[in-house]
Amino acid sequence: MSGKYHVTTTVNGDEYEYLCEPQQTLLDALRDALMLTGTKEGCATGDCGACTVMVDGTMICSCLMLAVEADGKKIETIEGMAQGEELHPLQRNFLELNGSQCGICTPGILIAARELLYRNPDPTETEVRYWLAGNLCRCTGYDKIIRSVLAAAKEMRGA
Amino acid sequence: MSTILDKSGFNPDKKLKIVGSSPVKHDGIDKVTGRAKFGADLFLPGMLIGKILRSPHPHAIIRSIDTTAAESLPGVKAVVTRADFPELPKGSVAGDMSRNAMAREKALYDGHPVAAVAAISESIAKQALKLIKVDYEALPHVIDPIDAMKPEAPILHDHIRTKGVKDAAEKKTNVVERLELKMGDVEAGFAQADVIVEHEYDTKPMHQGYIEPQGCVATCTEDGQVELWCCTQGPWVFRNRLTEILKIESSKIRVTQSELGGGFGGKTGFYAEPIAVLLARKSKRPVKIVLTRGEVFRGTGPVSGTRSRIKMGVTKDGKITAADAELVFQTGAFTGSMFFNAPQAMFTRYDLKNVKTVSYEVVSNRPKVNSFRAPCVPQVVFGVEGVVNELAQKIGMDPLDLRIKNAATEGYKTIYGETFGPIGFLETLIAAKNCDHYKSPVPKGQGRGVAAGFWFNRGGETTGTLNIATDGSVTIILGTTDVAGSRISISMMAAEELGIPVDKVRAVMADTHALGWNRITAGSRTTYSSGMVIIDSARKAITELCRRAGLIWGVPEEGVVFEDGYCRPASSNVGEFPPLSIAEIAGKTTLTLGAIAGHSEMNVTGAGPGFGVHIVDVDVDQELGRVDIKRYTVVEDAGKAIHRLQVEGQYQGGAVQGIGWALNEEYVYGEDGRLQNPSFLDYRMPVASDVPMIDTEIVEVPNPRHPYGLRGVGEVPVTPTMAAIANAIGAVIGVRPRSLPMSPPKILKLIEEARAAR
Repeated sequence: MSGKYHVTTTVNGDEYEYLCEPQQTLLDALRDALMLTGTKEGCATGDCGACTVMVDGTMICSCLMLAVEADGKKIETIEGMAQGEELHPLQRNFLELNGSQCGICTPGILIAARELLYRNPDPTETEVRYWLAGNLCRCTGYDKIIRSVLAAAKEMRGA
Repeated sequence: MSTILDKSGFNPDKKLKIVGSSPVKHDGIDKVTGRAKFGADLFLPGMLIGKILRSPHPHAIIRSIDTTAAESLPGVKAVVTRADFPELPKGSVAGDMSRNAMAREKALYDGHPVAAVAAISESIAKQALKLIKVDYEALPHVIDPIDAMKPEAPILHDHIRTKGVKDAAEKKTNVVERLELKMGDVEAGFAQADVIVEHEYDTKPMHQGYIEPQGCVATCTEDGQVELWCCTQGPWVFRNRLTEILKIESSKIRVTQSELGGGFGGKTGFYAEPIAVLLARKSKRPVKIVLTRGEVFRGTGPVSGTRSRIKMGVTKDGKITAADAELVFQTGAFTGSMFFNAPQAMFTRYDLKNVKTVSYEVVSNRPKVNSFRAPCVPQVVFGVEGVVNELAQKIGMDPLDLRIKNAATEGYKTIYGETFGPIGFLETLIAAKNCDHYKSPVPKGQGRGVAAGFWFNRGGETTGTLNIATDGSVTIILGTTDVAGSRISISMMAAEELGIPVDKVRAVMADTHALGWNRITAGSRTTYSSGMVIIDSARKAITELCRRAGLIWGVPEEGVVFEDGYCRPASSNVGEFPPLSIAEIAGKTTLTLGAIAGHSEMNVTGAGPGFGVHIVDVDVDQELGRVDIKRYTVVEDAGKAIHRLQVEGQYQGGAVQGIGWALNEEYVYGEDGRLQNPSFLDYRMPVASDVPMIDTEIVEVPNPRHPYGLRGVGEVPVTPTMAAIANAIGAVIGVRPRSLPMSPPKILKLIEEARAAR
């Protein structure tokens, strides 16, 4: 067996260290080493978006980044989305409008949607649909996901 | 004594406070914060990682398996093969299940498990798989079910003789069964018809496509007690199967269900679980197996592909006189497709007297198929609803009017023997005809299609408990799996019965030690069946609350009534007592008779049939053959929508799964018999930008067998989708597609053929 690498990284504002094998992905490290299981694996090939996280402000599929590459980076996951007892408006709207059915795709979609609203606070339905085209959901038919994102956007704009 | 099954207490005039609203589901917060624990999310101390070696051959004798090198690799703690599974008779249900979980005499499809290892890390487990030497003798294979029916086809199983055919005893075959179902006289019926339409249809296997791959963790003690954590639609069914195929007594197996990351029928299937249990038994360590997406596609249940020939006749004034069908279902390498649903359901919704169907189930070298919403029905409705639209077109009638004219109503005796009680097909058709979508003109250049569908809806054995805590709040223990919001819906019904806010109720899904037998969560039975059991439990608890109030007041329990969450004296003759709340009574259990609870187990009957109508507008790119869904409306009878947003979600999700099945999804095999598209990229399910908003209209024709009138809603929404889209495409290009998926190359070919014919 090849040797392991030592990685120091920041996740949701906290500094973590882990050991990883060279072929392991950031997704493996988050889930298996740090036990942050909110980030999900649906395919491990970057096709479903369930493992979406932010790395130094860039949205990525954590299954497509090697765990060693996270050294010195700042990572944001679903576990850091709510602030104390305060849910993010996206999380609240997904709850109230039933934007989450089984819930397996929800963490990835919430991370992606938050980034969309950061870049574009007033997206059209089509813009939301294209932004989220990398996040598969099999339960909802996307309708209530799109409505939840649009409602959160409106609320965040104070409209 | 009458039970809730005889006397539901349904009262259409009752004013409901909670049922029919849309409170935030209690399990939702865990799903939007990443806390919810799915199959892959359990970690136990000392846990090993299990990996499965799969056959690269679609059909091969397994001469020998040498695991010596894998076993001696440092870090490997257990290796299992067919030798670790008890020998069970070929062709028995348990024998097939065992052979599907782990190949025995032969590998029967690309992806069939042949061995598995458990090691201290995933990388070691993968390395160990490479060290296992399997000596295969490759055999000719057959993928297509029509080819598999031919006399010269390679035979998968020596034991199969076609059921339902005379003189089949000696002949080895891939045709598992021939099933004929008929009523009336089809020849006489067709003789009355002015117009007859007959076509052949072809549908492809699609995958249920749940985003969560199957994941499980198994442990086994030295004295043989097993714990299994897994994502499943049926913990009790999984336990029974472990008992049957591993010969472990049920009381020594505890199956705990995780949150379910999508199932749609696919997680009724049993795959890595027995392997994880055997690896845990050998290693005496917890073993986790999580399938890769490639393994999910290659090794877990897709849906049956079909070939069908459908013939229907109609009079000039729009009376359908006869229907005749011949259906072939591919079931994969093992029987169990539930193909018998198709002839029972395909025409059921029309008031037909003369029907004949002949259906075949055929094995071939593909993964064993598994359930998917309305198992085996959408595939054949695709053809039926195409023929119905063509009949309407040929006699110059509106397609919904033809359906209205022929709609089955209360009292209709179905081909499977049931006589319909109050049903809502006619109301659903009328609602569709009156909805804004159907009344709006078809936008220029687009085509509109409609289609209708039916599902029986199911009940079955169900067990549950309702406990009242000493502060008056309520907990519910359910034996069914929450596949899409049943915990909140059932909590709402309990709160309605008890007259308390739904926030005072919490429901959990039990493990198999906590309750008696529960049938699998499937067939749109859960909110109905577990709802019945929990309402029954609530009513038992109410009886008990009245008894306790009687004890507190010193009056007989008959002198106490329960209304809106309070026990009150039944009349002034009983005495003057201030009403007692549930909390006040439950807080005095020390003075009375201990805890207050209700428990119920029953074989739930009376599920009301469901009907739906889909309307779709499409745009067809005449140069590329690409179909765009522009507008979509689902109209469906829910009986009573308990949680409206959840019901809408079922309609919308079902429709979009159907859109994928209609336009993109299929299993593609190479000549080598290997699956060529086992990834999301190459399989291509609908993404958010592929579809529009899905409008919904909830029709409510109550099912009086249920206290609130509900019908199951999960299966119907996928039954008419492909037909509705085909009809819409036909309206644009002038010829109705009859082969799924209706992908750009096929549509382009139809456009070119239509041009050439002009």
